[in-house]
Amino acid sequence: MPAYYLEAAVVVLGIVLMLMEAFVDKADKSFVGKVGIVGLGVIFLGLFMVKSPADGDTGAIWSFYAVDATSLFYKGFALITTIIVLVMSLDYRGVIQHYMGADQEKPQAGLGEFLYLPLFTCAGLMWMASAKDIVSIFVSLELVTISFYILVAFLRRNVGSLEAGVKYLILGALSTGFLVYGLTWLFGLSGETGLAEIAAELGNEDSPMNAHPQALLFALALIIVALGFKVAAVPFQIWVPDVYQGAPTPITAFLSVGSKAAGFVVGFRIMEPFIASDAAPQLVTLILAIAGATILLGNLAAVSQSNFKRMLAYSSISHAGFLLLALGCARAAGDDVQVEGVMALYLSGYLAMTLIVFHVMCLVRDQLGGEEISTYNGLSKRSPFLAGILLVAMVSLAGVPFTAGFFGKFYVFLLAIQSRFYVIIAVAVIGVGAGFYYYLKVVKAMYWEEADDDRQVRVPPLAKGALIVLAVIIFVLGVYPSPILEFFS
Amino acid sequence: MSILDIIILLPLIGALAIACGAPPRITAIGVTGANLALGVVAWILFDPNKEGFQLVASRVVAKVPEISYAVGIDGLSLIMLLLSVIVSFCAMWMAPRVGSREKLYFSSLLFISAGALGAFCSTDVFFFYAFHELALIPTFFMIGIWGTGEDRVNTAWKITIYLAVGSIVLLAGLIAFQMQLSQGGLTFDFTTLQERAASGAISAEAQGWIFLTLLIGFGILVSLFPFHSWAAPAYASAPAPTSMLHAGVLKKFGLYGLLRFTPMLPEGLETWRNLLLVLLIGNILFVGFVTLAQKHLDGLLGNSSVMHMGYVFLGIASWSAATGEPIGLTGAVLLMFGHGISIALLFGLAGKLRDRVGTLEMEKLGGLGKQIPIFSFLFGLAAFASAGLPGFANFSGEVMVFFGGFQGYQGESFTNLQWATILALWGVVISAVYMLRAYRSIFLGEQPDGLKGAEDVVLIQRIPCTLLVVSLLVIGFYPRLFSDLLTF
Repeated sequence: MPAYYLEAAVVVLGIVLMLMEAFVDKADKSFVGKVGIVGLGVIFLGLFMVKSPADGDTGAIWSFYAVDATSLFYKGFALITTIIVLVMSLDYRGVIQHYMGADQEKPQAGLGEFLYLPLFTCAGLMWMASAKDIVSIFVSLELVTISFYILVAFLRRNVGSLEAGVKYLILGALSTGFLVYGLTWLFGLSGETGLAEIAAELGNEDSPMNAHPQALLFALALIIVALGFKVAAVPFQIWVPDVYQGAPTPITAFLSVGSKAAGFVVGFRIMEPFIASDAAPQLVTLILAIAGATILLGNLAAVSQSNFKRMLAYSSISHAGFLLLALGCARAAGDDVQVEGVMALYLSGYLAMTLIVFHVMCLVRDQLGGEEISTYNGLSKRSPFLAGILLVAMVSLAGVPFTAGFFGKFYVFLLAIQSRFYVIIAVAVIGVGAGFYYYLKVVKAMYWEEADDDRQVRVPPLAKGALIVLAVIIFVLGVYPSPILEFFS
Repeated sequence: MSILDIIILLPLIGALAIACGAPPRITAIGVTGANLALGVVAWILFDPNKEGFQLVASRVVAKVPEISYAVGIDGLSLIMLLLSVIVSFCAMWMAPRVGSREKLYFSSLLFISAGALGAFCSTDVFFFYAFHELALIPTFFMIGIWGTGEDRVNTAWKITIYLAVGSIVLLAGLIAFQMQLSQGGLTFDFTTLQERAASGAISAEAQGWIFLTLLIGFGILVSLFPFHSWAAPAYASAPAPTSMLHAGVLKKFGLYGLLRFTPMLPEGLETWRNLLLVLLIGNILFVGFVTLAQKHLDGLLGNSSVMHMGYVFLGIASWSAATGEPIGLTGAVLLMFGHGISIALLFGLAGKLRDRVGTLEMEKLGGLGKQIPIFSFLFGLAAFASAGLPGFANFSGEVMVFFGGFQGYQGESFTNLQWATILALWGVVISAVYMLRAYRSIFLGEQPDGLKGAEDVVLIQRIPCTLLVVSLLVIGFYPRLFSDLLTF
């Protein structure tokens, strides 16, 4: 089975659900989510039956569609993320109905749309994982972004959500402009649209790329601006706290994991040949400077946050910094550690812990009605299970050993020391130290503080299953990262 | 599978069992008791005449670079292992009655114990490091939830952030060390690293800055002056079993690390010896005077534990590749053991005293000797051991450390090391002063009015106390039992 069947299947599933939602009027709309979850699960299994194109296969699609370890890995990544986001959305439906003006006549207004739209985002993310041509990169990125525009602003009677939607739309459109402009310059310099061909041009000494290193740097800088927006890197992070706070929580999770991963896949695909060559020597410095600033600002700004979602937004910025640091090490990394494997490991751990946090946040918001850290006071009494799971996620985010978060940071440190980037290591040390403070602040609220009342938090079975699976992923990757690292070697 | 695997896993399984509903206190005591027995078995199985690590087992968790979960012990880790199992067992046994959330309390303690055991038994640098951090979050819980004192929240933050940052600095240093020895592939295996380092693979300059990074990293974890300010308040406000485990066992991790890595970085130590000497004198004299000024017994014990680290550092500083038999390092190890046991006993007893009379402010105490004779006898033994009275393990350690300072001295003018040793000797006087003063004001003299009646150590609680005292005396009278195990 060719790999692109998977994206096609996701799109078809999305369209079918959309039609069903529109025409099946009376049914409980949460079936859209449940069918979506099952469907995506089946498609995930299809991932294991994908065949790479034969060597001689010169079908037109293979010039802009890659089937390699990276693409397969991130297709799976997108599918898992979307599945969990759908589970989360089901637990969040109370809030959605509240802000969509649900009444007697339409008790589930908006719920159906909220549950099938993520499928289209997922298709975009999956395509992006395979994109190896600047045109397909751009188109898939837009598919992702446009569905996010809708989802971020989905709670149309909530001012915060609307504000988030507007900010995301304007800045997203702006960054798209940067991306197109940068890709155009890249095309102009190389005369090619395929990334492999562009990289091959680098070896050609007569190529305009080598003749005009300043122009090449300009092109790459424009692309970095656009991708910096996607992955939430400083100084393109301004939108992140507001959008994360305002967007519906499942969508925040989706943005934080899916969008970031996609940004890094594309970033790695585009940047890697340039980092490894000498064509644009300032590129590494640029990436490292951004990485350092991102780590520092993300971690330090998170310290003073009292809103959990906002804190997570800054934490997500700081993790982008660590990933950028790994990207910047792509040149010096020897045979020992693969940068791509490290990024995949980091992102997988990040997926598990971030989705846990947002999932718990959905449940707490739905049942206790708040997103401040103080809402979590005494959670260990309200629901020992949720508190325990959130504890796992928090210590993993902080980077305590035997969790996925530690292995990710460990390999990033390894790469950085191997590349002798000592200044940024010092910055990272400060970042990690600050991280311990704000992540444990949540732990403190859950375990030390007393709750105001004795309301319990109920965890539906589906959510419980998803959370346990994610926690297991955290621990497995925390002691046995080998499978992911070897997937890329 | 090695017996060491079982020793490391047992506390974790115990913690899991407690989380699933096993009776917390019984499980914790049972598990650590079994560990104590297994530790003794490991001691019997250990062959002191063999080189290298014994009772090994390993499992690869990542291929490039190869990281393995690998365990094994040599003489040094065996001694640390014995220290850990003894103190863990006594800490569980001596834990006071816990009002609420007993499950979390004992699980946290078991995690701390497992972390220490794992760190001492690992022969892979990655797991050596990782296991130590296992104790970080449980300590945060213990101090935050069950700690005493008004400032416990700040104290909990301080120790957690301090140790987290120290660990990251340490991690950077360890990775940099690995990188220097990466000829033939990056490795995390202690034995391979030792072999490569012995062949002189690291330049003197690189040794210098790696040693400095490791010294800061490990130093923060051991409360080396001036990174010591987290320790005393944390031990003072932590519940007794946590202080016992942390001050007695976990803090030795940093020293253990330095003892492992310093022989691999001889030039590094040469470069920074003078700095280390200044810092350790800071530990002994500066913190010593701070200890003298303490009004509360828990603060006094916390500070004294920081102060005594100075002697261990002195033992490490006295080592050099040229002097032959590393008497200073052997002394440091004995002292680590002695200090771990004696401070655990002191913290355990102080915890009991707080439970019984409600305060540890020394001015409000007095004359308890008549009322609780056995308690005061045990406390006296521990205090004298801690002050370095002959007959206890601490004494044999301290003496060897001081001898180490003068090893190879031929009558020429004193080097900095010898000046530092002479200054450090004054620390013995200081610790005798504060320990005796504390003893006098708590157990002798007139009992002030309004002091709540206290009951003596009940029979069942004498078991862990006796175990601790006996360990101190055995090693005090027959240090060869341990010193013969050591090869550096």
